[in-house]
Amino acid sequence: MSRKLILAAATAAVVSVGGALVASADPVDEELVIDGEIPMVIRTKAPEGHPFDEVLSGWLFRTPETRSLEEDTFTNPGMLYVERGEEIWNTVEGEAGKSCASCHGDAAETMAGVAAAYPKWDADAERPINVELQIDKCRENNMKAEPYKFDAPEQRALTTFLKHQSLGKPVQVDLSQGDMQSWWDQGKEVYYTRTGQLNLSCASCHEENNGKYIRADHLSQGNVNGFPTYRLKQGNMVLLHSRFRGCIRDTRAEFPAPFSDELMALEVYTTWRGTGLSVETPAVRQ
Amino acid sequence: MLSARLTLAAAALCAGITAAAAKDIPPGDVKIVDGKLAEAVSDTAASAADGRKFFADRKLGNCLACHANSDLSEQQFHGEVGPSMDGVGARWTPEELRAIVVNSKAVFGAQTVMPGFYSLEVGKDVAEKFQGKTILSAEQVESIVAYLATLK
Repeated sequence: MSRKLILAAATAAVVSVGGALVASADPVDEELVIDGEIPMVIRTKAPEGHPFDEVLSGWLFRTPETRSLEEDTFTNPGMLYVERGEEIWNTVEGEAGKSCASCHGDAAETMAGVAAAYPKWDADAERPINVELQIDKCRENNMKAEPYKFDAPEQRALTTFLKHQSLGKPVQVDLSQGDMQSWWDQGKEVYYTRTGQLNLSCASCHEENNGKYIRADHLSQGNVNGFPTYRLKQGNMVLLHSRFRGCIRDTRAEFPAPFSDELMALEVYTTWRGTGLSVETPAVRQ
Repeated sequence: MLSARLTLAAAALCAGITAAAAKDIPPGDVKIVDGKLAEAVSDTAASAADGRKFFADRKLGNCLACHANSDLSEQQFHGEVGPSMDGVGARWTPEELRAIVVNSKAVFGAQTVMPGFYSLEVGKDVAEKFQGKTILSAEQVESIVAYLATLK
C-alpha cells in the first residue's frame, strides 16, 4: 500500500515536471480589459527591424492569479501608488511655492497620453530623458525644489501616476528627434552585450528564450510598457532602472548607475521594442 | 552535532580554495578538444551524491534553473531553457559532459546561453567579488560530471 502511494506520488511529480515543460510554456491567449472598460493592446505587430513578428506584453506570461490582479484597479496593488502620486501632484513644494498642478492643472486632461511618448529627446540636456528625469527637470527649473533621490517613494509614486494617465495608449518613441537614433543604436549594443560571470545578455533570456521557464520565472519578451511595475516578489513598485539593475546584477556584473547613458540608451531601445503595446502602468508582475 | 555541521560547512567552503592551490588544472589551462575534456580538472575524488546537491543548489550550479531533471522531482521549479537532463549520461560520455560543464561555448559555439562553469571567458563588468573566479570549483565540476553520468 505505502509502496503504491510512493509510486503514485513519484509518477505525479514526474508528470508535473513534464506538464510544466509543455502545457504552460507559451504565453496565454487572453484579452486584457481593465475594469471591463479599457482594452489593452497586449499583442501587436512588431515595428520594422524588430527580431520578432509580434510583440507581446509580459502580462501574457504571468499566472492567472497575477493576471487577474491587473484586470481590476480595485485589486491592483499598484493603484495605491497612483493615489499617492496624485497627492504629490497637488502638493506645493520648493521655493517657487508651486505644485505640479499649479502649472499643469488636472493631470487626467493635461497628461493624458503624454508619458506614452517617453523617453524623448531633451534639447537642453542633449540626451533622451524619461518620465523620472522630466519630473526632476520640472522640480528644479519650475518649482525650485530638489530633484528626487533615485528610487525615492515619491519618485516611484509620481512616475506611476504620470504613466497611468496614458493607460491604454500605445507606446511610441519618436526616434526622429535630436540624436535619438544614435541612442537607439547604443541601446541595441547594450541589449546584446553579455555581462558578468554568468555571461548573459538581455537577448540571452528575453529574445532567445522567452516563453520558457528559468526555474520559477516564466521569461517574457522583456517589454517595458508596464513600468513602473508592481512586483509581487518585492511587494513594491519597481522603476525600470531598478529592474535593469536587478537583471544585470543577476548576471553577476557590476551595474551602471540609474539614468546613466548606458541605461538610458537601453530604455530607449527596450521601449522601442514594445512599440504599439498599451501603457499598462501600474502593471502587476511576479 | 551543531559544531560537527559547522566544521563540515567550513570545510566545504574552503574546499575550492585549498584544492585550487593543490592539484587542480587552472581554468586557463583547460584544453577542450573536439568537444571533449579527457582529463579531470580536479584529482579530488568526485562524488555523484555531492554532484546531485550542487546541481540543484541555487548558489552553486543552479543547473535546475535551466534544465529539468526527473531525478530531482522532489525539487520545485525545473527550468526549460536547456534540454532535460533525463538520460544525459547515455547521450554524452563523461569526457563530453565535463567539457560542456567546464565551458559549453567551446563545445556548442559562442552563441550558446549556457555559462561556462569552470571558465574565465566571461561577460563584461564582472562584479568585484566574482572577478577572476569560476562559478564552480574544479572539485564541484567533477562531482557534477560524476552525477550526470549516472543519469542513464
